[in-house]
Amino acid sequence: MSETDDLRAILLDQVERLLADKAGPDTLRANERGDWPAALWAEAEALGLPTALAPEEKGGAGLGWGDAAALWHVLGRHGAPIPLGESMVAAALLAAGGIAPRPGLLGLAVAGAPVPWGRRAAAVVMVSGGAVLLQPGPATRQGLAPISREPADRAAPGVPAEEGRLPEAFGPEADLLAGALLNAARIAGALEAVLDMTVDYATTRTQFGRPIGGFQAVQQLLARAAGEVAAVAVAASHAGRAADRHGLAGAGFEIASAKVVAGEAAGTVAAIAHQVHAAIGFTDEHALHLYTRRLWDWRDGCGAERVWARRLGQAALERGGAALWPDLTAR
Amino acid sequence: MAGLRFELRDIPPEAEALRAELRGFLAEAGRAFSPRVRAYSWMGFDRDFSREVGRRGWIGMTWPKAYGGGERTALERYVVLEEMLAVGAPVGAHWIGDRQSGPLILRLGTEEQRREFLPRIVAGELAFAIGLSEPDSGSDLASLRTRAEKVPGGWKINGRKVWTTNAHKCDFMIALLRTAPAPDPRQKHQGLSQFLVDCRSSGITIRPILDLLGEEGFNEITFDDVFVPDSLLVGKEGNGWEQATAELAFERAGPERYLSSLPLLTAALDDLRAEPAAPEAVGRLLARAGTLRQMSLAVAGMLQDGKTPAREAALVKDAGNDYEQALPETLRDLMQPGRTPEEVLEMQRLMTMVARSYSLRGGTREILRGIIARQLGLR
Repeated sequence: MSETDDLRAILLDQVERLLADKAGPDTLRANERGDWPAALWAEAEALGLPTALAPEEKGGAGLGWGDAAALWHVLGRHGAPIPLGESMVAAALLAAGGIAPRPGLLGLAVAGAPVPWGRRAAAVVMVSGGAVLLQPGPATRQGLAPISREPADRAAPGVPAEEGRLPEAFGPEADLLAGALLNAARIAGALEAVLDMTVDYATTRTQFGRPIGGFQAVQQLLARAAGEVAAVAVAASHAGRAADRHGLAGAGFEIASAKVVAGEAAGTVAAIAHQVHAAIGFTDEHALHLYTRRLWDWRDGCGAERVWARRLGQAALERGGAALWPDLTAR
Repeated sequence: MAGLRFELRDIPPEAEALRAELRGFLAEAGRAFSPRVRAYSWMGFDRDFSREVGRRGWIGMTWPKAYGGGERTALERYVVLEEMLAVGAPVGAHWIGDRQSGPLILRLGTEEQRREFLPRIVAGELAFAIGLSEPDSGSDLASLRTRAEKVPGGWKINGRKVWTTNAHKCDFMIALLRTAPAPDPRQKHQGLSQFLVDCRSSGITIRPILDLLGEEGFNEITFDDVFVPDSLLVGKEGNGWEQATAELAFERAGPERYLSSLPLLTAALDDLRAEPAAPEAVGRLLARAGTLRQMSLAVAGMLQDGKTPAREAALVKDAGNDYEQALPETLRDLMQPGRTPEEVLEMQRLMTMVARSYSLRGGTREILRGIIARQLGLR
């Protein structure tokens, strides 16, 4: 375990440094204007990140889902300035389906949803009926703009160029499960950034002769936010660990839980952050909305809370009261 | 980084192995747990049950064998606790001794105190109460005024404690008392000391206070020249605040801070199949339960590593209290008299009332959030 823990720590450190040095609110704003962050993507490629989830014998780094969730957490903390998570999942699906890797950005189309930066994608990857499908070329059809205002395009309907059967551990919903894990993990990271910004603001903004963080009303709100932020981090890493142990298809409970908790927390914490920031946080100039708008997108991505909660609840109701606690402790 | 981080912990196989044994025992014993017993969960008091739990080696599990303990791991103990709580077992007669009085005596007590008290706690023979709150000192605990005055051979106690759960049924309490006046009002945390007090000492009057369920759950204790020998001072004179605060980390760290109302979900689930709105509501509750369990396990892991995760425990208790209070409220809206079995409705109604105590006992929601705010650097 410790060797893989060390590898994970090194990888996370690399990604953290890359994003801290080369990305920031300006990158997020440029993305929203439609400027592709070419330099940052090139750096990520140089580190081998887009293919990292593929096994080593297939040109990847053999990263696990737990490692990926930790990486996406870091990515989320910086507002995910590149569509790295989607491209990693797409590459992992291709490798699992026995399709040769493709260089460049891979788009991930989950259940017909828009593909982030689809217009820049070398190919679009999707899952249907237990198979992974590859459609060459960019996705070009524009749709309703996401709250993040980052470019997103729909793939045109067409015959896939390549198709490969996914192994059982991936299951027929591998795209949805991996996408939900990605969203939960980057929500965890973005929530940390939002909490940090808000605490920082509360300790510097002065009203009535003292920092507003000195008022109990504000302290209580931020403490509640901190509880939610901690919960999402735990839920996301638990889901990643479960996917490593039981395969994506076997980690439905943990991934669904993570997506529910992350989605609920995204709403709660974003609301608290804006309340504490007040008017300045409502301006375009302030960076807060760069993160909260992404949170509002990601909580809807790959199924909002209700979708996943219904699955969890339905399964538990079918199993009945006698199985509830044994099932909960078996996870 | 402003927040707190929790490392995932695995329950090791030797601890998991205990689960089957617990479930076998509780399936049998649980037949006698009425909805009222389950609703009170770990505030329920049943000496026979505690003796049986003690006989099976499930009290003082982590303590040294020299004092009757089992020298097992914190995570083995965790399995026992969560299995007990999941069925709402009446563990109150040994819970406090196992959770905080025993560990306090083990850490700071004299050798004589350890030999005197620990084996009897382990046997489920000695029930402990927590003597903290006073009529004028609730959340502002350090303002407490009940005094212990030095007299030859010991101390003389005068004053009052209140809200002391099950004190009228307990054998001993660990009382936090003022042994020296505070140097000034800002330094009221100084001059406090902890004592082991025999609940049957002469001069003690214990008056049960009816709670909103109509039960004698907590008490007012009056001390009128109560003598406590020197040998029953715990730890260092004047160091009571630090000791009690460390003790609170144990008090707040356990799974009882999110599991109190879970037995209701188990009992209600089969009936809820008939309710169209149930899947989503139940799913949200399960997502939170699974997450809180991992957070709670992370805290147990820190305790196992010998850390004092006071702030992490405060955060998990706060989040857990929200959860265990929301559970009966959520289920209430899904139940239907006439369809829902009466014993399930009864448990729901009792828990609606008991649940108000969850965010009060062991530190109110506001106090806990104050601790978290301090961690965030806001105070």
